[in-house]
Amino acid sequence: MSFDVKAFRNEFAFFQQHPDWVYLDSAATMHKPLAVIAAELAFYQKDNSNVHRGAHQLSQQATTLFEQARDQIAKALNAKRREEIIWTSGATQALNMLASGLMGTVLKPGDRILLTALEHHANIVPWQFYCQQHGVFIDVVPLTAEHELDLQAYQQLLELKPKVVAVAEVSNVLGTIQPLEKIISLAKVAGAIAVIDGAQGVVLARPDVQTLGADFYVFSGHKLYGPTGIGVLYGRYELLDLLKPLCFGGEMIKSVSFSGTTLNQLPYRLEAGTPNIAGAIGLAAAMCWLNNFDSAALAAHKQQLFTKLYQGCLAIKGLELLSPQQNNAGILALNIKGEHPTDVAAILNEQKIAVRAGTHCAMPLFQALQLPGAVRLSLAAYNNSQDINRTLQALEQTVELLQ
Amino acid sequence: MTAHELILQSKAPYLAIATHELPAIAASSDWQNKYRILMNLGKQLPAFSSDLQRDELLIAGCDSKAWLLHQFDGITQTHYWAFDSEARVVKGLVALAICQLNGLPNNELAQLDFTSLLKPLGLYQNISPSRQNGLQAVLDKMASQIKAAN
Ligand SMILES: Cc1ncc(COP(=O)(O)O)c(C=O)c1O
Repeated sequence: MSFDVKAFRNEFAFFQQHPDWVYLDSAATMHKPLAVIAAELAFYQKDNSNVHRGAHQLSQQATTLFEQARDQIAKALNAKRREEIIWTSGATQALNMLASGLMGTVLKPGDRILLTALEHHANIVPWQFYCQQHGVFIDVVPLTAEHELDLQAYQQLLELKPKVVAVAEVSNVLGTIQPLEKIISLAKVAGAIAVIDGAQGVVLARPDVQTLGADFYVFSGHKLYGPTGIGVLYGRYELLDLLKPLCFGGEMIKSVSFSGTTLNQLPYRLEAGTPNIAGAIGLAAAMCWLNNFDSAALAAHKQQLFTKLYQGCLAIKGLELLSPQQNNAGILALNIKGEHPTDVAAILNEQKIAVRAGTHCAMPLFQALQLPGAVRLSLAAYNNSQDINRTLQALEQTVELLQ
Repeated sequence: MTAHELILQSKAPYLAIATHELPAIAASSDWQNKYRILMNLGKQLPAFSSDLQRDELLIAGCDSKAWLLHQFDGITQTHYWAFDSEARVVKGLVALAICQLNGLPNNELAQLDFTSLLKPLGLYQNISPSRQNGLQAVLDKMASQIKAAN
């Protein structure tokens, strides 16, 4: 299968609406193909009913579609059991569920967990909050001078016997792809549970959770061509079963009386309230739609654009590139020497180049880098080489204007 | 530098911006030129020394760090400001606002429509939403300072 850039881009109605914009903010959220929008629309138009609770056939139909979506995710991740897939509102909710749900069951006062210096706030703050409440200590894997995870320090910190290691598959600022197999296997040897924040990684390739050995893997639908407001918490059944729910009410309950409540089984036990039914169906549609394309060709196209962007930026005087060129998921963080990143982004915005500027929900990383922030250019397979040409021109213009 | 000295030192540059750069931006037709002027406005203004970059002067709601200093002269009933930011766009935009307000009497300022200050410059509509919010946060703060003097 070869990759037709134009045909792929045509799958996205957004670009027809905004032909004059260059969208380089896919790490914040991706655009949705018509197939995903159509699936959500069709659900609301034809199949809308609540799931798991109606006495009528319509509800059963909606339930079937909703549970089929779960099956599809389970299959895409090669989960052992469908009950290992929990619907969440996104990666953030999934990480909050883990941080709160492991306390008291897996994590006891005096225990330790291990995070890294380049985590997104969503993989820091929930841990901080619940660890403080429960007397659990947090250690942090530092970066090397090359802005990579210091694996030597990681191994030393594992000697402190953390119960949980929580790591992002891809840095949302630098784009660096982490050596997950190594990180997980070392965690396993040390007896720690491996939590993988796949928010930026899942788009590269759906993980085979069994081969990877991740105990938990979380991601958001909207960074995988899917809808906003839906995400997935995958967990190995035995561990997932230990998780205390964060929310209560609805289908997660088996029986209630004022003397006590019995909870339902997995996956429902962790899905309180009416779920985002259309979102789940939309996310499954995104996964299904992605199967129409050769994933290697898609990745190669994005890599080619990234190389062109990176090389082009290297040639522009005054730019400081923070991201590595190798092992990169298609994210380039940069600064113009001596300029504030928000100024750079404002001038790019003026030229209709959509980027993000600031600390990107990763303040500890910027503390480690000793920078006030960065401009982030993030690519997706729907970008094309005109996008890169225009961006490079705009960057040159920006450097010139700021002189 | 004391707060008072900074306000004093800022008066002449703001006045100069009001007479030169403000009309120049309004008259210029291409955005590059508008920006070129805007980005350099800050250079004319004295920077806040580190002892003046105090937390209580920080404006919340800006992407970048920003400090606003205000002085109300009770005798003449007039207001004066000085502003600094890590980012040049915000510093420039706020300078374009302050230069139109500095030294005006309280009763006049209290009736002013702040939203119309930068509109004629043909700049405001291009500025990104978070940037607008940063500017808005500064203008809101100034409005509350005027109100408090009433
Ligand atoms: C690495 C990483 N983790 C977690 C998140 C949180 O994702 P969401 O906001 O979709 O819950 C993000 C999103 O920016 C991210 O990049």
